[in-house]
Amino acid sequence: MKQETVEAIMANPKYQELVSKRGRFAWILSSIVLIAYFSFILIIAFEPKIFAASMNGGVTSIGIPVGIGIIVLCFILAGIYTKKANGEFDALTQDVKNSIKDLK
Amino acid sequence: MKKILSSFLMLSIGLFATEALTGAVEKQPLNVSAIIMFLVFVAGTLGITYWAAKRTKSAKDFYTAGGGITGFQNGLAIAGDYMSAASFLGISALVYGAGYDGLIYSIGFLVGWPLILFLMSERLRNLGKYTFADVVAYRLRQGPIRSMAAAGAIVTVILYLIAQMVGAGKLIQLLFGLPYSWAVVIVGGLMMLYVTFGGMLATTWVQIIKAFLLLSGATFIALAVLVHFGFSFEAMFKSATLIHAKHDAIMSPGALVPDAYSAISLGLALMLGTAGLPHILMRFFTVADAKEARKSVFYATGFIGYFYILTFIIGFGAISILALHPEYFNGGVAAIQNGIQTIVSDENASKILIGDKKALIGGSDMAAIRLAHAVGGNFFLGFISAVAFATILAVVSGLTLAGASAISHDLYANVFRRGRVDEATEMKVSKIATIGLGIIAIFLGIVFEEQNIAFMVGLAFAIAASANFPVLFLAMFWKNLTTRGAVVGGLMGLFTAVILVILSPVVWVDVFKNAEAIFPYKYPALISVSVAFISIWLFSITDKSKSAASERDAFDAQNVRSQTGIGAEGASSH
Repeated sequence: MKQETVEAIMANPKYQELVSKRGRFAWILSSIVLIAYFSFILIIAFEPKIFAASMNGGVTSIGIPVGIGIIVLCFILAGIYTKKANGEFDALTQDVKNSIKDLK
Repeated sequence: MKKILSSFLMLSIGLFATEALTGAVEKQPLNVSAIIMFLVFVAGTLGITYWAAKRTKSAKDFYTAGGGITGFQNGLAIAGDYMSAASFLGISALVYGAGYDGLIYSIGFLVGWPLILFLMSERLRNLGKYTFADVVAYRLRQGPIRSMAAAGAIVTVILYLIAQMVGAGKLIQLLFGLPYSWAVVIVGGLMMLYVTFGGMLATTWVQIIKAFLLLSGATFIALAVLVHFGFSFEAMFKSATLIHAKHDAIMSPGALVPDAYSAISLGLALMLGTAGLPHILMRFFTVADAKEARKSVFYATGFIGYFYILTFIIGFGAISILALHPEYFNGGVAAIQNGIQTIVSDENASKILIGDKKALIGGSDMAAIRLAHAVGGNFFLGFISAVAFATILAVVSGLTLAGASAISHDLYANVFRRGRVDEATEMKVSKIATIGLGIIAIFLGIVFEEQNIAFMVGLAFAIAASANFPVLFLAMFWKNLTTRGAVVGGLMGLFTAVILVILSPVVWVDVFKNAEAIFPYKYPALISVSVAFISIWLFSITDKSKSAASERDAFDAQNVRSQTGIGAEGASSH
């Protein structure tokens, strides 16, 4: 890629919008996963009793739905990101690509 | 303190050991239906290899299947690469033996995936060509950076290969009743055929078929368990707590994560290690564009998560259903306790054998296999055994292809020949490298038969997390990274991980038989990853050389390409 093309793209407001929106979205979702996982594992290290407690009186402990919940959360967040990135963000990317076609 | 130390020892046998299927096993009688089904699988995959060989003409075909794999196919193939036979048998065995702890383990292996999707997938696809070293070396000096990245990749691949080969040998003794060395030679030989002739296309389809078979087989077992309990999880847990030797303790966290350091360090190793495994990273270059790369990880996360939920049900199901079959146990007899049948020792009626590591014939790693027999008879047992063998084949093929690419594409073509090499020669070198790695894998598989290799998968993850990942991540995200920083930091991470593992209980005590470990923790990642990041940062910002300045200047162009895919490698036309 030529240096002028790089500068033109970086100056393009659509590109700036893409980078800041997608970057923020990716880091927010990553933080959710990291916070969920490390809270889970630190509770296990420090206060495992929390997860040992019974859910609604039976033998099923609270830890079971929490653990399965984290697996499901990973899948749902992956789906949300993929949908948004392949739709909205890729549309912005396409705009940026079109703008350099005009340059040529 | 003593209690914590003993928990560490328990931990060291518990965790990564399950990935490696360690310990002595006894050879079982010849399993004819399993062998026939495995032969059907081999015939099918060799047919695919023949088909793939005709389509594998260019280097791009060989390394990335021409970039023409769809997101869905690649998602299955990633899952196929990641779900090893040892994780299927090992995690269900962990659930069977300790209940809830098995779930903690699975979750650690899963959480890396969404992070790879959010932060890495599109950048990898937009910058890379054949190997992850392409991404790292994008704006850095080819020679030193590729040598370092290739070294990290090859070490990771070989450690992982040894664990798989030894696991294969032991598993095949158990499941098929074939001698250990046969199994190792068969796995090594078939893997060389797939990779040398069929390249990435054959390897991908072997992984897709294997993932499909493994998920179907596991689904069937889990459904049989749920039917047995009328689809009530409460009933399944209730029955398990009544008859398991540990009773209610299986419903809550046990000894798996004993303290905060281990918890965080293990979490980091699993998460960042996944994002630094060369055979996994290579899969991102097999799809057409960033869109398909994202879909791949989304599907892979779904399949892998689903698989872990199945292994959890299978482990709990094994507790209750195996209790109906005293014939699966060494010295076990049926007994009624708390109004429900369990298995107790024939010498001591108060000793419950359910969940015991050794009581099950073949060891607790056989829990899922025995359960398959209990719910599906001899035919289904044969099917699951064949699937387990196929699983090992698929994983070693992916590993070998990644190792061969690091040798031919990074070391030979870009370092040794400085990029001045024609495609035909590069492909020839990668095929020779595949054969070489296959022979090394067979040789090491046989040499390590009687060795304690429980630390190897853990070490492979630690190196991937401490050497491969920090350099790759900062190459994509940090403008000020320089060649000097990346090489020094990557090597520091690698050596810190290796040294700390050698000084830890898993090697210093378990392998070298010393009384006490010098480094008390099993997981080095928190320290070695920090060492890597800090030294990369330090040796980059203090780098005032001219080449460092031009490397920083090249970041903008790299970043534009990584964000938009403009100029990225596309799919091949055929």
